[in-house]
Amino acid sequence: MIKKAIVKIVSLISILIVLSFFVFALLYLAPGDPAEKRLTSQGVAVTKEVLDAERERLGLLKPFLVRYGEWLVRVIRGDFGVSFKDDMPVAPKLYAGLKNTTILAMTSLLLSLAISFWLSILSAIRKNGIADNIIRLFSFIGNSLPNFLISVLLMYFLCIKIKLFPVIAKGNVQGLFMPVMSLSIPMTCRFIRQMRTEFLTQMKADYVVGMWGRGVKGRYIVINILRNSIGHIFTIIALQIGTLMGGSVVIETIFRWPGIGKLVMDSITARDYPVIMGFVIIMGTIYVVINQLSDILSHCMDPRTNL
Amino acid sequence: MKHGTRREKRLRNRIIATAVLALLIILATTFAGILAPNDPYATSASSIRMAPGAQYPFGTDNLGRCVFSRVLYGGRTTIAATFLLVFISFLIGTVIGMLCGYYGGILDTVLMRLADIMLAFPQMVVAIAVAGILNAGMTGAMVALGITMWVSFARLARSHTFSIKNEAYIQAAFFAGKSDFYIIMVHIFPNLLAPVLTNALTQIGTTMIGLSGLSFLGLGVVPPKAEWGSMISEGRAYIQIAPWAVLFPALATIITIIIFNYLGDAVMDYMEV
Repeated sequence: MIKKAIVKIVSLISILIVLSFFVFALLYLAPGDPAEKRLTSQGVAVTKEVLDAERERLGLLKPFLVRYGEWLVRVIRGDFGVSFKDDMPVAPKLYAGLKNTTILAMTSLLLSLAISFWLSILSAIRKNGIADNIIRLFSFIGNSLPNFLISVLLMYFLCIKIKLFPVIAKGNVQGLFMPVMSLSIPMTCRFIRQMRTEFLTQMKADYVVGMWGRGVKGRYIVINILRNSIGHIFTIIALQIGTLMGGSVVIETIFRWPGIGKLVMDSITARDYPVIMGFVIIMGTIYVVINQLSDILSHCMDPRTNL
Repeated sequence: MKHGTRREKRLRNRIIATAVLALLIILATTFAGILAPNDPYATSASSIRMAPGAQYPFGTDNLGRCVFSRVLYGGRTTIAATFLLVFISFLIGTVIGMLCGYYGGILDTVLMRLADIMLAFPQMVVAIAVAGILNAGMTGAMVALGITMWVSFARLARSHTFSIKNEAYIQAAFFAGKSDFYIIMVHIFPNLLAPVLTNALTQIGTTMIGLSGLSFLGLGVVPPKAEWGSMISEGRAYIQIAPWAVLFPALATIITIIIFNYLGDAVMDYMEV
């Protein structure tokens, strides 16, 4: 177990190194060189002398790998460089945004879990019944809706047609409602579909058939089914975190929620590369760590699953 | 297959009905040039934000462009880009998967490690950053999504190649002196086509959501080119005055994605029976 956990951690570190290399290389894939990008995004007239001075100052004349190494060391220390736009350090901006995004994402995740858990149990127990068919229909449709579409439609019907909510979110509970709904609806539907499949697989297992045969009460069987599927449910949740991160970029931009997603969209428009790079590093790290942790956790809960 | 059970027959009918609908959408957008009543790019100052009527079935947008024509042309952009992207990922993924599965060894280890790492990244986060930095319109968006898309095809093709490789007919072909290329193309590829194509079909809906999402954020098509995601994004600004400029492209997106997802699910069920 400990040996396997060490292997897990080594693979986690190697994934993070590849991620950081990928992010660093991204800057060089973009058209133009960083010094030029920095100057143009600040609105400075680019002449050859200015450009050379800027290159020297940014250390661009050193070899690629040396620059990557220096950048990586700074990133590990939590220094994501200074913004091209206003020369302010990027890290505080990212952390402030991350805090708001976490509030939004966690609320949506908990809400989705609270709803989908009960509905998927109901749907699995009453397989092919009326409730199951209705739940399946709605979860199928919800799964096919892009979240930007849900938010635009919610805005139209709730804010404009019946004027229940303000169009632009404020940083309070009322402002949280619409972004959370937009993120939760498709996620709830995906959870229901996946959890229902998981519960149905468990219900076909021999131990459930045996319990039915022995005349065990339904609710005890449900408890056993839940205990046995909890490992897989962790994996299902961890895999959705990535979709949640991508979705929050869209939703924050629409509702002007001051999170990291809105920050990155503003930075893409302003060609502010250090912020974009910091965003991918932070989100990628969180995602990778959560997924590896969930593997370890689900192994602890259910030792039959492989690490 | 001749003596299909009732369930199989029902599934087959479902697939045929959905496939016909999907084909209708593809045809309608392919022949947008013939079907569209107006020029999707012609602006007109005299017919700004007109409600749906005889001349403009879906109304007009902020610049007086026909929404119906734009929905048809926009569908062509979205659907063509989706199919192209799925096809390219299918091609790259399947070739890599077959080579890894057939030869194994160091090539297999390196490429599958790479695939694992690709799967470890949050797809949409990477796509947004790549599309944003490349700033290359729809091509940029396609590259951004394609970076992680080939992986599922490669893994599927690899695992099927592994199991097919040990069949007696492959051994027979090998001892008959056929080249590796011949064996892969004639004996392996046709046998893994069905599961890999099913995977391609289920990817269409997700890809469409991804591409129109990037366009909505302004990271996909370059305006004024019509695309559903960017039409919704543009129309959002004046949704109070002209809701039809948002609702019709939204409806088109929802219907198209639902049909393709349903088709994917039905085919998947059919393969499992």
